[in-house]
Amino acid sequence: MYLSLSWRNIWRNKKRTLILAASVFFAVLLAIVMRSGQLGSYAYMIHSSAKLLTGYLQVQGKGYWENRSLDKGIHISPEDIERIRKIENVTNVTPRLEAFALISHLNHTKVGQIIGIVPESETRMTGLRDKLIEGEYLSSDSLALLIGKGLAEVFQANIGDSLVIYGQGAYGQMAVALMPIGGIVDLPFEILDNSLVFMVLPRAQEIFSMENRITSLPIMIDDIRHLDHVLEDVSVIADDHWAIMTWDEMMPDLKENIEVDNVSGMIMLAILYVVIAFGVLGTVMMMVSERTREFGILISVGMRKSRLIVVTFLESIFVSFLGAVAGMIASVPIIMYLIEHPIHISGEGAKIYENMGIEPIMNFSGDPTIFVSQALVVLAIALVTTVYPYLFIRRLDPVRALHG
Amino acid sequence: MALIELIDLNKIYNTTAVPVHAVKDVNLSIEKKEFTAIVGPSGSGKTTLLNIVGGLDKPTNGKVIIDGVDLSTLSESKLVEYRLHHIGFVFQAYNLIPVLTARENVEFIMLLQNVPKAERRQRAVEVLNAVGLSDKLDIRPAQLSGGQQQRVAVARALASRPNFVLADEPTANLDSTSAEALLDLMEELNEKFDMTFIFSTHDAKVMKRARRIVTLVDGKVDKDERTR
Repeated sequence: MYLSLSWRNIWRNKKRTLILAASVFFAVLLAIVMRSGQLGSYAYMIHSSAKLLTGYLQVQGKGYWENRSLDKGIHISPEDIERIRKIENVTNVTPRLEAFALISHLNHTKVGQIIGIVPESETRMTGLRDKLIEGEYLSSDSLALLIGKGLAEVFQANIGDSLVIYGQGAYGQMAVALMPIGGIVDLPFEILDNSLVFMVLPRAQEIFSMENRITSLPIMIDDIRHLDHVLEDVSVIADDHWAIMTWDEMMPDLKENIEVDNVSGMIMLAILYVVIAFGVLGTVMMMVSERTREFGILISVGMRKSRLIVVTFLESIFVSFLGAVAGMIASVPIIMYLIEHPIHISGEGAKIYENMGIEPIMNFSGDPTIFVSQALVVLAIALVTTVYPYLFIRRLDPVRALHG
Repeated sequence: MALIELIDLNKIYNTTAVPVHAVKDVNLSIEKKEFTAIVGPSGSGKTTLLNIVGGLDKPTNGKVIIDGVDLSTLSESKLVEYRLHHIGFVFQAYNLIPVLTARENVEFIMLLQNVPKAERRQRAVEVLNAVGLSDKLDIRPAQLSGGQQQRVAVARALASRPNFVLADEPTANLDSTSAEALLDLMEELNEKFDMTFIFSTHDAKVMKRARRIVTLVDGKVDKDERTR
């Protein structure tokens, strides 16, 4: 009967109940859309950066990340690469050999980064072929180089011109080569565009005395939510022979930027929560004030205050739950639409994205935990406001209440 | 032993600059089955006295002993339990729960007493039959007349099987016909079920129906007369 009483009580003043439910509804809806936009954008930024640069994970030689020495290169057998490729949610793996060397053309010399790649798997991961603006993309047995547009400009070099590569290979070996430019790519970051030189992996292994060895094996996965289990499975294969780095260890700046932005987003959400909390509290106070006399009667006839508190608590639960569930349900089609039709960013915001090599769009996340967590947070806030009726009833003097 | 004994009862309100002595040295003894009216002009202390007898308010000094139990010895929660099981209340403004039907309003008191559902139903129907509302069981208060609402309130008070019923100006909001009908009902319940009624009023017509009239003036018992 208490449930029934509470349920009927909330419909005594339909307008008030609907206003209260509506405020919870819009709070949940707004919170879900805001959070989905935030987390969706972070996931997109991480995914794009991982795709362009490091992968979500990298298998490396132990200690390689600290000093980038070719001596820390590792041999990963084709069987192990295949095992990693077959891990659930892994979408791509591509071996790389990365080394630094002096690069010369005519009278110009510059320090550059040489990356030995497997052209097909590399373009599947980074879309390198799509960045080609001149010449040809690398084939598996290519003897040519692919260089950044910025570097080509610095060297005033064109397709067919040769570059001298001069550096140090593994274990102090000399690394020297003269190779023609086969293609020019437009890379998103200036620092990459001015320094990267790609060649096929076997050629790089030969030049840098790294036979059958690589410096890293970047791994792409379909969704950041699967990172933990992929990491676990790769660790089993690595079996303590190799180091495994995650995207946030390899791109600490990106992680930090996301964390800072996340905090500002949380502050916005907190402001929303506070506004909603006061809105709900106001309505609850009005409800309590209107029913002071009734509470007095119920206590007079022998209703324990604790039971009366339970009834008012149930009322708040009903109204808040109605609003929270409705908000959650209403947000589903909106988020689904926004996932399919992301918001295109223009102006200065777009430039920031473009400089990062990312399409300027605001992506949304359909992670179910966002829906549930935001609904629960708003529901919890609404329930916290029931502290007021609790305190009110506890202090209520029935005689005073009876006489208004 | 008297059902209710009031010994040297005083109530002083100190909420204003000048303390208000609402009840002064009241000594009163009420037996079982009595049909007693507490009368007096507005501000004479009727409601305060009923509130103290009902355990809703505490006297500044003096004792309220009901069926041998000194109310001042009971804790707040025991007092609530005591009211629930031993005292029936009827208020001037009916004060039914608007979202519950007549039957549910009556059942509600028994729910608080943890009476099993089937028994609650049966007793609610019985008591509503007794107050002449057998055809209004599933009607909500807003659809009942004032007199009918007050009958439901009486039924609610009786449903808990109290030792006595306290009614604060029960006819004040009723027209004369409804008031007469309500008094007929209370008298009938008093005679048929030996239910003790103590009610306050300042209506001369109502006073005439009482078998004992206690008149309060400025918080003091001015007269205590038995009419029948």
